[in-house]
Amino acid sequence: MTPSWETVIGLEVHVQLKTRTKLFCGCVNKYGADPNTLVCPICLGLPGVLPVLNRQAFALAVRAGVALGCDVANLTKFDRKNYYYPDLPKGYQISQYDRPLNRRGRLEIETPSGKKNIGITRIHLEEDAGKLIHPETEGTAGVSFVDLNRAGVPLVEIVSEPDMRSPEEAYAYLTALKEILQYVDVSDCDMEKGSLRCDANVSIRRPGDPKLGVKTEIKNLNSFRAVAKALSYEAARHAQVIESGGKVEQVTLTWDAVAEKTIVLRSKEEAHDYRYFPEPDLVHVQADPAFVAKVREALPERPAARRERYVHELGLPAYDAGVLTGDKELAELFDRLRGEGLAPKIASNWVMKHVLAAMNEKKLHASAFFDKTRRIAEVARKVEAKEVTGQTGGDLFLWILETPESASVDEHVRKQGLAQVSDAGALEAIVKDVIAKSPRIVADIKAGKTTAIQALVGQVMRETKGKANATVARELIEKALH
Amino acid sequence: MDITRPLVEKVALLARLEIPPAGADKAAAQLGRIVTMVEKLNELDTKNVEPMTNPTGLVDAFRSDEPRPSLPRAEALANAPDKVEMFLRVPRVVE
Repeated sequence: MTPSWETVIGLEVHVQLKTRTKLFCGCVNKYGADPNTLVCPICLGLPGVLPVLNRQAFALAVRAGVALGCDVANLTKFDRKNYYYPDLPKGYQISQYDRPLNRRGRLEIETPSGKKNIGITRIHLEEDAGKLIHPETEGTAGVSFVDLNRAGVPLVEIVSEPDMRSPEEAYAYLTALKEILQYVDVSDCDMEKGSLRCDANVSIRRPGDPKLGVKTEIKNLNSFRAVAKALSYEAARHAQVIESGGKVEQVTLTWDAVAEKTIVLRSKEEAHDYRYFPEPDLVHVQADPAFVAKVREALPERPAARRERYVHELGLPAYDAGVLTGDKELAELFDRLRGEGLAPKIASNWVMKHVLAAMNEKKLHASAFFDKTRRIAEVARKVEAKEVTGQTGGDLFLWILETPESASVDEHVRKQGLAQVSDAGALEAIVKDVIAKSPRIVADIKAGKTTAIQALVGQVMRETKGKANATVARELIEKALH
Repeated sequence: MDITRPLVEKVALLARLEIPPAGADKAAAQLGRIVTMVEKLNELDTKNVEPMTNPTGLVDAFRSDEPRPSLPRAEALANAPDKVEMFLRVPRVVE
């Protein structure tokens, strides 16, 4: 964007709640089941059925509101949003209109010029629609398939104020939102599975102009990167339209991720008039202050607070704290290792080095290590106490992953003879042998290139399969060459 | 309130109702009379009356988050006007 324009962005984010069942019926809330197997008369909208609100969904929606600093309404109600679409069996969506559960929240984001608060207008509860599949196979022109497993899954819609001023800020907002919602266990926020979906509103204006420009809405954004790209594209398009004397039309667009451009979404459902009215089948819901206070107390620590605590109370480097708290489970694993008696920096080193490597290589979540922490801590202590070398420690870590928690580290070390060899007598022969086999390196060292000693230490390590005490080996080499 | 023919046509479209051309004027007149009757309520001063959206006065009717059996697919799709294997089949809406 040229500096002569200011971009104004607001986001609407839909997030599926982590419940066992749907919002108004007992069908299982699960992704990826066989089509149309998680449906019942209530979510199919058959005549004569009554919805009943899922207590846990309500509690999670309150938790989302509290975590995002909202005022939680004492009394809230549901409304029908009426429209016809093939993925909506009842012909209306149960949502919240004029009495949303949560209002006036905020979310802090990091920008290049420091921290910034983005206002949250409202967070309300509603039900998800089913899924339309548009097949491309022969004989399917002009038809769509409908899977109603998703119909009735609990959602919160989180509507931001138009407070973001660049695609980067929108990206930062989404990242922070996802981080918090995952931390407080409200949602998986997995865009690939559709448990987080985002629509973006964008307009441009001259800097200093108090009036907002005409906005367009972009849908079908399937990654945070796509949101940022689509917003950049759309803001630039607005500028071009206005600069060439045209007017931006208020339309809904879809993002074509392949062509990297926005396309006007044409739908046969043109007339948008939702004719909201109060849902007569559901009674009002109270979130009394005592309940809200309880939810607030039970809230897990937020990532930013945890990061600060790791740095200021535990003395971790900011980098470590950032990596650990970037993934809730990783932070949990780190806490568990400390619970096993490891010093913060030691615990952090093991997570940052061995755990992350194993997670990447084996495509594991950090929680896969939760039941290994006792033995991981045991190995870490052995390394610290120089009972085994760092290299052996790494091997032991991999061994732990392959064996049940009942397998004893001590016994394994003893049986396999993995203890660190610090006894000079035991290493002397190996050192002598290594020196004899490496006349060139020895010559280098004698010529003053003392760093070459490391090469000989390395050879001793190889000869002992990583078990030699490197400091002792080095001393022995220095003594022998003196 | 005056119920016009275009308004009737718009509401019919939103509600997916087919109204024969001859019936639109009749519907407009009838709906007009109904709305006029309801408008009588405007004569009351309701400034200090909380809107009632639920006659029972009950609050907080919850169910616990416990799964209950869903319908077998064949039964779930039994009333569908059109289906194919596992899915309901509908005319494509998005171009």
